[in-house]
Amino acid sequence: MTVFIIRRLMQAAVVVFFMSFLVFSGVFVIGDPVDILISDEADEEDRERAIAALGLDKPFHIQYLRFLGKALQGDLGESFIFEEPALLLILERMPATMELALFALLLAVVLGIPLGMWAGLKPDSVAAKSIMTGSILGFSLPTFWVGIMMMMLFAVMLGWLPSTGRGETSEIFGLEVSFTSWDGIRHLLMPAINLSLFKLALVIRLSRAGTKEVIHQDYIKFARAKGVSRNRIILVHVLKNIMIPVVTVIGLEFGGLVAFSIVTETVFAWPGMGKLLIDSIGLLDRPVIVAYLTIIVFLFVIINLVVDILYSILDPRVRLQEMKA
Amino acid sequence: MAGSNGSVPTLDVENLQTYFFTKAGVVKAVDEVSFSVQPGKVLGLVGESGSGKTVTGFSIMGLVDEPGRIAGGHIKFRGEDLVGASEDRWQQLRGNQIAMIFQDPMMTLNPVLRIDTQMIEAIQAHENVSRDEARQRSRDALGQVGIPSPDERLKAYPHQFSGGMRQRVSIAIALLNKPDLIVADEPTTALDVTIQAQILYEAQKLCKETGTAMIWITHDLTVVAGLADEVAVMYAGRLVEHGSVDDVLDKPLHPYTHGLIGSVPSRNKRGKPLEQIPGMTPSLLNLPPGCAFKTRCPRADAACETAPDVTKPDGGHRLLRCHHPHLDELAEVPA
Repeated sequence: MTVFIIRRLMQAAVVVFFMSFLVFSGVFVIGDPVDILISDEADEEDRERAIAALGLDKPFHIQYLRFLGKALQGDLGESFIFEEPALLLILERMPATMELALFALLLAVVLGIPLGMWAGLKPDSVAAKSIMTGSILGFSLPTFWVGIMMMMLFAVMLGWLPSTGRGETSEIFGLEVSFTSWDGIRHLLMPAINLSLFKLALVIRLSRAGTKEVIHQDYIKFARAKGVSRNRIILVHVLKNIMIPVVTVIGLEFGGLVAFSIVTETVFAWPGMGKLLIDSIGLLDRPVIVAYLTIIVFLFVIINLVVDILYSILDPRVRLQEMKA
Repeated sequence: MAGSNGSVPTLDVENLQTYFFTKAGVVKAVDEVSFSVQPGKVLGLVGESGSGKTVTGFSIMGLVDEPGRIAGGHIKFRGEDLVGASEDRWQQLRGNQIAMIFQDPMMTLNPVLRIDTQMIEAIQAHENVSRDEARQRSRDALGQVGIPSPDERLKAYPHQFSGGMRQRVSIAIALLNKPDLIVADEPTTALDVTIQAQILYEAQKLCKETGTAMIWITHDLTVVAGLADEVAVMYAGRLVEHGSVDDVLDKPLHPYTHGLIGSVPSRNKRGKPLEQIPGMTPSLLNLPPGCAFKTRCPRADAACETAPDVTKPDGGHRLLRCHHPHLDELAEVPA
């Protein structure tokens, strides 16, 4: 187990290293931040000074090595724009994104598993067919469009929910959260539903496919032959089996949820790190972009690790020692 | 046969019809099947793959799934007709008074639940007992079927058991609530012969000691010879011959039974090619009219175009469904 985790973390370091190189050179190629950062009125001397201060006068490999050296000490550089450490900037915004993503994930799981199981247990019923049709919509409608439509319906026409922002927040363990107040929940609801739609469709499809497969297994018939009640068969025998693929996919998708919350955050002006990234790309704020991606990579690696561990708990046939990390 | 010792049979199946209503047509998986089993007796239900043995077993358990349905007949369990019984009533009986052992031990235990979970739920489904007591009984049941160190094994998952051990576990589960009737669907087919012999021995002992009636579904005539008291031969959803093991195996009357017995390898047939029944089981979807066996039967003629009725060839309790039985067997002195 320990060996497994250590091996995983070493792999993560390698991935982060390559990723940082790719992003660094990518942003380097895209454009020169100097054009955006320094106003046109500034004279040549001011320009030179500013460029030297940001270290942008050095050739690419020197800039990269300098970045790498600092990164190893935990310093991912200062934002060109905010003149604050990039890491800090992102970590400040992280709780908002995490709250949104977790809430969306919760919605997807809490609604998706029962709906999917229902559709799998009674595949010919009208309800099942409506659920499956709905899930196709969830897959195919673009997030930003659904977001705008929701905003139009619930915020503009009905006026039930606020259209943008995060609302009232309070601190729990030093993290800003909004689910503790009614105003916060009202702000959170629409973006979370918007972000969860795609994953909800995915969970429904996975649960349905799993249920349809498991329900015909001999062990379900054997459980019935034991006289076990239908509820127990569904809630224990079927559910525990379908949780294996659901947890695996959901876990892996959580990283995607965080990464792709960019769209939802932009539509609903949610002050998370996705919005920060979009703004930074617009301003070519390289340290922030690199720091953001580094954090996302770490997130993915950690999520994968957690999924593997959960997987081994859910499926007794899988043991971590046997897994090729 | 009924009332041979004056008691009510544990199970009395009359004219059971289990049909599957598929898009392609009605599949008569079980058609007009009748038999009964007395307490403490073993009925061997014999036939090829697809002859309707397993569906008969599932019918007795009330486990026939859509598109299948019991279309007619009666399943009387200790006098109570279970055809049309409510799902609640079935649930009370299943695993409690009627238990089933499935064919493939690799598939019958839920892979993600521990053995103790799967055993305890079988007890708690029928009795209001504490977990500890249920666990105690589960442990004893594992010990009874010869699983070493049952305390540890209770905490294991199915994949940690071999096939033979898993089948013992499912037999132990079937025995947990001391059922009156056990339907065993080829429980030893997937096991090697030494384990098979042990399980057969245990099964026989159980029936003798507790008065449990048993239906042993198999295609293995040697198993039937060693275990069963009576044997019923199924072909294409119907019983074609039924009688005591000694009668049927020594003096098979139906050409199909004759063929089955002829195809069993034995020492005195050494060096000679085995007889076989030509052809294959017909598809139940389009059974030939008349006797279903006529396409493979060496004795078939024009009379076989009509379905044979059930007859009593020796005037006793033997039953037969054939126009041209091997009646000469009755006259012969058994070898």
